[in-house]
Amino acid sequence: MKGRTRIQSMGVAIMLSALVALNGCDSGDDVVMPPAQEATYAVAITNLTGSQPLSPLGAVVHNSGYAGWEIGISASSGLERLAEGGDPAVFLAEAAGNADVLVTGTGGGIIGPGATDNVEFTTVPTQGLRLTCATMLVNTNDAFTGISGLIIGDLAVGERKRIYALPYDAGTEGNTETASTIPGPAGGGEGYIAERLDRDFVSVHSGVVTRDDGLVTSVLDESHRFLSPVAEIVVTRIR
Amino acid sequence: MKRRIVTGWFVSALFCFGLAVPLPAAQLTVAVTNLTNGIYFTPLLITAHDNATHLFQGGAPATANLRLVAECGDLSGLVSDLGGEDADTVADPAGGVLAPGATAVAGIDTTSTGNTRLSLAAMLLPTNDGFVGLDSLEIPGTPGTYVFYLNGYDAGTEANSELLDTSGCSPGMPGIPAAPGGDGGTGGSGVASADSNTAVHVHRGTLGDTDPAAGTSDLDSRIHRWLNPVARVVVTAQ
Repeated sequence: MKGRTRIQSMGVAIMLSALVALNGCDSGDDVVMPPAQEATYAVAITNLTGSQPLSPLGAVVHNSGYAGWEIGISASSGLERLAEGGDPAVFLAEAAGNADVLVTGTGGGIIGPGATDNVEFTTVPTQGLRLTCATMLVNTNDAFTGISGLIIGDLAVGERKRIYALPYDAGTEGNTETASTIPGPAGGGEGYIAERLDRDFVSVHSGVVTRDDGLVTSVLDESHRFLSPVAEIVVTRIR
Repeated sequence: MKRRIVTGWFVSALFCFGLAVPLPAAQLTVAVTNLTNGIYFTPLLITAHDNATHLFQGGAPATANLRLVAECGDLSGLVSDLGGEDADTVADPAGGVLAPGATAVAGIDTTSTGNTRLSLAAMLLPTNDGFVGLDSLEIPGTPGTYVFYLNGYDAGTEANSELLDTSGCSPGMPGIPAAPGGDGGTGGSGVASADSNTAVHVHRGTLGDTDPAAGTSDLDSRIHRWLNPVARVVVTAQ
């Protein structure tokens, strides 16, 4: 599959070179350019939580050889930074280093409860084209939401897929809920720390306990609780 | 050769006119992943069966043998109900408890039975009578990979006291029989008395507390809570 994708990419590259060459020595004959095979996808993410702002979205368009995370597996350093501190830069840089990744991008900023952010991507679609995206629930230690490897290559123009996204626990920081460890407005504390202080595998998040439910060291209150799902993500092929 | 082609056309024609429903795939691989952060699954029962059979149904009282699974993690009763382990009834594919983040894989072959539905059950530990369940999924008729997410259910048969009692287990005996993560407490005063909904229902989750030696619960609110879904099932149909 991976091999085939590469071959197709090479084929496209060779064809484009040939077209450039033809154009370069064009002496007036009509050289018909094939229509561009590019597709544009619009990603809209809506924050469905009551009081958990979402950090700027990190999004990756890729083929099958990339995974942003897997349940039961240790988070990458980039995912740890995204989930603990809300910064998608290293997560996206890791993705960009993968041969199966076609495009990476960042959302427009913090997505407040009830708000929607939109990101668009243009690429040459393959049947197995996938979308991965992630964003932190910032009033937590290391909770994030998003989608991992949603196939979008089968969308025709005008079609869309809607996903109700789960909250995940990156497993890289203990869920102490103390002010110094919560980077969002509820805590104002530190985000990313390199040490891995939890079970070190990604799982579905078990929710926050909060001081209103007996965790006396928690800076969170009952308003910061959440249930699944925490976000709605709609991917539409618009071109 | 010729005959095969004719048969092929005949089948195609039936599909075109919508007269035939595709038969369910006979050979399945079923991969079950524990999605939780701190809850263990007791040995899983994964079975294909006919459309009249149910391991459980939301809104209906648990059978005695489902209760045995939900309170004690004991599959023997349900396996017996299903006629024993065979090509499409698999008990304990993980060889023991399934830890958070872990995956169990079972092969299900309905060639000789023609069974059309897939169900699954295992107890959630540590809970009083919580279980992860799948009730009568229609087995896909087209080869491919299908992903499903499962909820945690409450069997409705035992009070959610959240008190550990590792002295043994039998249906009707109060208490949580084990905390496989070794992170259970003692000395709790008890969280809940009898369930108000005594039918199978979506589990409301555990409460826990932060005092391992006292408080109301022997569970830890920072470890033993969960949100749905608790499991992912990937069915690969051949």
